[in-house]
Amino acid sequence: MSKKSFRQAINEALRQEMQRDPRIILMGEDIAGGQGGSAGVVDAWGGVLGVTKGLYTEFGPDRVFDTPISEASYIGAAVGAAATGLRPVAELMFVDFVGCCLDQIMNQAAKFRYMFGGKARTPLVIRAMYGAGFNAAAQHSQALYPLFTHIPGLKVVIPSSPYEAKGLLIEAIRDDDPVIFLENKVMYDDEEEVPDEPYTIPFGEANLTREGDDVTIVAFGRMVNFANEAADRLEKDGISCSVIDPRTTSPLDSATILECVEDTGRLVIVDESSPRCNMATDVAALVVEEAFESLKAPIRRVVPPHTPVPFATVLEKLYLPDAARIESAVRSVMAYKKTKQDA
Amino acid sequence: MQIAHNILLRSYRSMRTIRDFEERLHVEFATGEIPGFVHLYCGEEASGVGVCAHLTDTDTIASTHRGHGHCIAKGVGVEGMMAEIYGRKTGVCHGKGGSMHIADLSLGMLGANGIVGGGPPLICGAALSHKVLKDGGVAVAFYGDGASNEGTTLESLNLAMVWQLPAVFVCEDNGYGEATGASYACAGTQKARAAGFGMPYFECDGTDFFAVHEAAGQAIAHARAGNGPVMLHVHLARWYGHFEGDAMTYRINGEVARERAEHDCLKNFRQRVTEVSLLDPSALDEIDASVKDEIEAAVKAAKSAPLPEPADLEADVYVSY
Ligand SMILES: Cc1ncc(C[n+]2csc(CCOP(=O)(O)OP(=O)(O)O)c2C)c(N)n1
Ligand SMILES: [Mg+2]
Repeated sequence: MSKKSFRQAINEALRQEMQRDPRIILMGEDIAGGQGGSAGVVDAWGGVLGVTKGLYTEFGPDRVFDTPISEASYIGAAVGAAATGLRPVAELMFVDFVGCCLDQIMNQAAKFRYMFGGKARTPLVIRAMYGAGFNAAAQHSQALYPLFTHIPGLKVVIPSSPYEAKGLLIEAIRDDDPVIFLENKVMYDDEEEVPDEPYTIPFGEANLTREGDDVTIVAFGRMVNFANEAADRLEKDGISCSVIDPRTTSPLDSATILECVEDTGRLVIVDESSPRCNMATDVAALVVEEAFESLKAPIRRVVPPHTPVPFATVLEKLYLPDAARIESAVRSVMAYKKTKQDA
Repeated sequence: MQIAHNILLRSYRSMRTIRDFEERLHVEFATGEIPGFVHLYCGEEASGVGVCAHLTDTDTIASTHRGHGHCIAKGVGVEGMMAEIYGRKTGVCHGKGGSMHIADLSLGMLGANGIVGGGPPLICGAALSHKVLKDGGVAVAFYGDGASNEGTTLESLNLAMVWQLPAVFVCEDNGYGEATGASYACAGTQKARAAGFGMPYFECDGTDFFAVHEAAGQAIAHARAGNGPVMLHVHLARWYGHFEGDAMTYRINGEVARERAEHDCLKNFRQRVTEVSLLDPSALDEIDASVKDEIEAAVKAAKSAPLPEPADLEADVYVSY
């Protein structure tokens, strides 16, 4: 056990799994970096943010493949390789670039198992960065997990800390279905204690990061940290919150969410993806359908506005949910009084 | 080909403006005041300027993530650009887009682009507009050696031929896509790729304004005359990292210094025009001085310009909703 960054946790998960299973290969743009450069240096970058640094040096050119800037073909190649005996982990850099290769994910990888009558296995992981907060503007800041969650056949993972990242990535690599693994680009330098040995965190099992009586907060990815921050502050005013990190949006641990809402009777959902048809609407629908009787107040969603992600810092701050907005949403559900007579 | 004095002066000014704009951004970025990603066009000025010298506001260009030079060459004002890069309300995109999304459709500038390979399909569409609307315009896609490997680019070459569009595909080949060399990532040659689609091909040294001007003139004339699309392959070198902050460990020491010493388009231009007394050195000095002031003023204005307001966040998602 030692302190590791989110970046190191992912790097370690990849390294340990590659040591374990020779069928695991990596591919992506500049995933090593420097090929064909005048200095003859390879492994110059280890991906744009250095997450895969050192893996080319350790595993060599038969396991780690730099790709041309050709997402449709290399993501497709990862799908094809997965269906034929390899276990690729492909890096898409920014998740926004899925616009260039969605067919291979949505119409190919996601459908094989079902369409082929249960005969195919596509053990593929696609890693990509998501999220606002980097002034990376509209084409490099989206949180597209609802898009993938919408597609049957894909599993979708959003780790909320270094510990979560390592365990969930190893699980993703060992899983036999196509998995979309989304890393918040603002979190790579976050640190916490992470075990040195390999471990897995199962999909579809939410993490109850804190237990409270008054309000349930369901938050995704980086928003889990903001939710805990808000819960700390609320605690001082005597409002106690449960915070649920679902870890995976597909499969979704609906049982934990429902149980928790049945206890607290109030629900706030924090989701940094665009507000229409996102995880917040999905969880709200689940709770209204399955736990309507236990609700003491309307469900509140803390989400961005229905706009692309703006560039300027002032606007991006307004765009993104934060602890203050979560706090006020919690206070508003606590203050809610039923005005109409209960039937 | 003889180039008119006013065109020479304007082109020199444009190249100097790009150079100073980018060198200044390099310095300002290091202070931490500029948000987001910045990709510099230093060393590549003659390409954008040599091509755009043949264009008017009716013509359309699509640019890349490395777009400042194309914007300036197409006539976008540096004050609005600088303010945009600083995320100010007075920016050309009101601080909503930043460096990678500077656009001015009134000047036929269809935008820098954060998506590699995003431009070529758009340019097929712009060329289609020019063709159908019969406005005499051509559409020009700038794209890198790295972008030449995107399916969107290759499909666009084909589509433009099939539809015989007035489109010009300018492959700006600086030898790198991020940290990866073109010699690794690009199979075959750009020339053979053009030939594969039956598309006329031109190439030139992109650090020599006169070479670009000559080749681009022929390429654009071909497309403008209704003879279908063309490819112009421009050989270049990138003087800075892929983005600001890139230490460039993948390039040999001295590579950039040699490029600066031997292939500086501005130095070469000055030498060329003064040697044969085409222009007076003092005219160039004047431009240098005036551009220096202009960039200084743009930075000052950007730093003190107002920030976007909260109401701007939800404005302009749609025309109507
Ligand atoms: C679809 C897509 N893939 C990857 C990227 C990340 N990226 C940004 S610029 C770049 C390199 C582009 O190389 P090239 O086209 O040669 O242009 P240059 O940077 O050399 O001007 C890459 C890979 C992106 N922005 N969009
Ligand atoms: Mg390039």
